[in-house]
Amino acid sequence: MELVIFLVLAAMAVLAAVGVVAQRSAVRSALFLLLHFVCLAGLYILLNAQFVAMVQIIVYAGAIVVLFLFVVMLLGMERAQEPPDLRPYYGLVGGVLALLLVVGIVWALLLGGAGEITAAAAGGSVRDLGTALLTGYAVPFELASVLLLVALVGAVALARKRL
Amino acid sequence: MVTADYYLVLSAILFALGVAGVLLRRNALVLLMSVEVMLNAVNLALITYSRVWANVEGQILALLVIAVAAAEAAVGLAIVVSLFRHRPTTDVDEADLLKG
Repeated sequence: MELVIFLVLAAMAVLAAVGVVAQRSAVRSALFLLLHFVCLAGLYILLNAQFVAMVQIIVYAGAIVVLFLFVVMLLGMERAQEPPDLRPYYGLVGGVLALLLVVGIVWALLLGGAGEITAAAAGGSVRDLGTALLTGYAVPFELASVLLLVALVGAVALARKRL
Repeated sequence: MVTADYYLVLSAILFALGVAGVLLRRNALVLLMSVEVMLNAVNLALITYSRVWANVEGQILALLVIAVAAAEAAVGLAIVVSLFRHRPTTDVDEADLLKG
């Protein structure tokens, strides 16, 4: 049963990623990105990381995809189609390079030995992650909030009328 | 039985798809989306290892990656908007202002 759920989610995630890369229209890419994020949230739940899955849905599927769609429509790019590449071998070269990358990463991972998924699992609940974030990892957690503030100010400054 | 290898291979495939998107596409918005795909592939690997080693640190790091990805998307999209004001296109090949 777990294998079936994994295979369905994995196939949908890969197809959605292909859709993001291959669609010529930016709006369709953004919608495939949404599907991709939701599939990955399902995989996180399979891996017993419920809180990260919920954050994935809220932040990625909720905020980031909306931000992308907002900018696409703000710029009026929803009808713009990317013209086909002048040199058709670009796609072939990119595909071969990506395939080589997959082979390289998989080789490195399997060489190291990934280890088995055992019954003993780290907690993925809000309580477990909250305890860890506010005790052992309080400094990176606070730094992340500073980073978000800087990104906020930077985005406002960059998108102003006069740069 | 799903082993950790399945998840790691899936993560590698998704990461390579993101790289292919960055290499092949010229629309700046789709480029940023491909970067998000890559970050998500890394998150999947982190959470897989968190599950394998029964250690919550991988999930902490994944949460921090999500925060960084949100900041990256906001700033990246602001740059795209700013670029679009300067020259009405999102084609990254057109952004050659600094080319001598």
